[in-house]
Amino acid sequence: MININKIYSFYLDGFKNMKIGVTLWKIIFIKLTVIFVFLNYFVHDKSINTEYKSFQSKSNYVYHNLINKKD
Amino acid sequence: MEEHLIDWSRAQFALTAMYHWIFVPLTLGLGFIVAIMETIYVKTNSEFWKNTTKFWLTLFAINFAIGVATGIIMEFEFGTNWANYSWFVGDIFGAPLAVEGILAFFMESTFFAVMFFGWDKVGKKFHLLSTWLVAIGSNLSALWILVANGWMQYPVGMEFNPDTVRNEMVNFWEVLLSPVAVSKFLHTIGSGFVMASLFVVGISAWYLLKKRELEFAKKSMIVGALFGLITSLFLILSGDESAHQVALKQPVKLAAMEGLYEGKEGSGIVAIGILNTEKTLQNDEETFKFDIEIPYALALLGYHDITAYVPGLKDLVYGNEQQGIMSAMVKMQKGKLAVQALEDYKIAKKNNNMKGAQKAKKTLDENMKYFGYGHLKSPEKIVPPVSITFYAFHIMVLLGGWFTFLFALVLYLSLKKNIEKYRVILWCAVWSIPLGYIAGEAGWVVAEVGRQPWAIQDLMPVGIAATKIATTNVMISFMLFAALFTLLLVAEIKIMTKQISIGPNGGH
Repeated sequence: MININKIYSFYLDGFKNMKIGVTLWKIIFIKLTVIFVFLNYFVHDKSINTEYKSFQSKSNYVYHNLINKKD
Repeated sequence: MEEHLIDWSRAQFALTAMYHWIFVPLTLGLGFIVAIMETIYVKTNSEFWKNTTKFWLTLFAINFAIGVATGIIMEFEFGTNWANYSWFVGDIFGAPLAVEGILAFFMESTFFAVMFFGWDKVGKKFHLLSTWLVAIGSNLSALWILVANGWMQYPVGMEFNPDTVRNEMVNFWEVLLSPVAVSKFLHTIGSGFVMASLFVVGISAWYLLKKRELEFAKKSMIVGALFGLITSLFLILSGDESAHQVALKQPVKLAAMEGLYEGKEGSGIVAIGILNTEKTLQNDEETFKFDIEIPYALALLGYHDITAYVPGLKDLVYGNEQQGIMSAMVKMQKGKLAVQALEDYKIAKKNNNMKGAQKAKKTLDENMKYFGYGHLKSPEKIVPPVSITFYAFHIMVLLGGWFTFLFALVLYLSLKKNIEKYRVILWCAVWSIPLGYIAGEAGWVVAEVGRQPWAIQDLMPVGIAATKIATTNVMISFMLFAALFTLLLVAEIKIMTKQISIGPNGGH
């Protein structure tokens, strides 16, 4: 059987003994915050998923683009 | 669709993809180099190799941590800037990306923890296995992304469903084992291996120039140069297969890579050349202001036959009956038939006209492979930017040749002579690190710019793939991405150089 305590202390000791790893985790955290929270406002402006809720309406939207647009 | 918006969406995707590719190749290659070093440690039980492994592992971790999740932004962009494309590709793109996500999450993250936290806590062999699994897992993650990209270059294994307006996968193995996807995967990971070797050789050279960590630097250099030489040869072979596939599946790209306007039998390769900017499809100006050509090499490389006819851009745009090459104009007519058939099918279905729908479906199926041509304004639109494709290809090839020579030379000097005395070579090794990144980026420019105007080869041009959203928003997010990625790059260089200056004995 998997010893949960052992796994927990494995990770805990690992994180505690990190040197440069602390800086790297900070960078990962800041980066993910920027990507998912801050940029979300600009990037997740409008998309096919926000504008069209049903499968059929999305399909119709793309269909009209495919038959009407010119490059 | 306004050109301005399409260009900004293109620029944004290019920016994020190119920045993402700064972090990826080192992860792909350094994982294996670390695994090789740890294997030596486990075999020899030498503390020196343990310490050496730990040092390179730390640099691997820095690169991985800063690069992780930079690819997520591209997945956002598929949904926002390229909605038509995302819908049209259906599950073909989604399935490989989902497998990639699961693999990356379970395999890499599990064994990553063992690799970093497990020294002295798990058995040596289990730790070694974890390191190898992380290296293999990283490369397998890349496989799925490259399979998706390979499908965009050569769409196979699917059927277009006019009811849902999506492509549906009908043969997973055809998608996975497509010759374009396989050669793309092998060539791309090969470039990552070479990049990582340049990184190890270059940093080791820097220590030798500074007369520091001499034993560590010399031994690391031998591992890096040997791995680099072997993988460079692999890169040449996979590059040959890639070019062969481009010749067969994307002949316009091949012609652009070589600036070949007029097709000919036994065409040569331009080793070095300066394009004449006045040259167009419509005039008879000389293509090059200056060039050195290797006779027959393009026919041999592209078709494995020195007498083969290599079509030029004019053949591909205007057709060549003698060589059996269909003109882009004929393809456009077939494409328009396909687009019209899709509309007819939908109307017939709406009116419960099953016979009409069946007839339209038959026309659509017959012409579907030219569907994208139905959206082009003129035949000349099938030609990508020739100068960018040509120069990027030649920069990549010339640098690849230089790296192979450098690895062979460094290996020879390391094994047979005292490499510390050859300071010019050592400086060349240091400066080849940025050149490795330039070569990798140039390779992607060839692959992606060279296949314009297609988002999906022959099926969907970028103008149709793009979403109609506010150009201002794309511009703002472009700036924000540029700022974010530049900050990450600065952080990477700063942390990496600090760790390198601390050296292998300074703790990790």
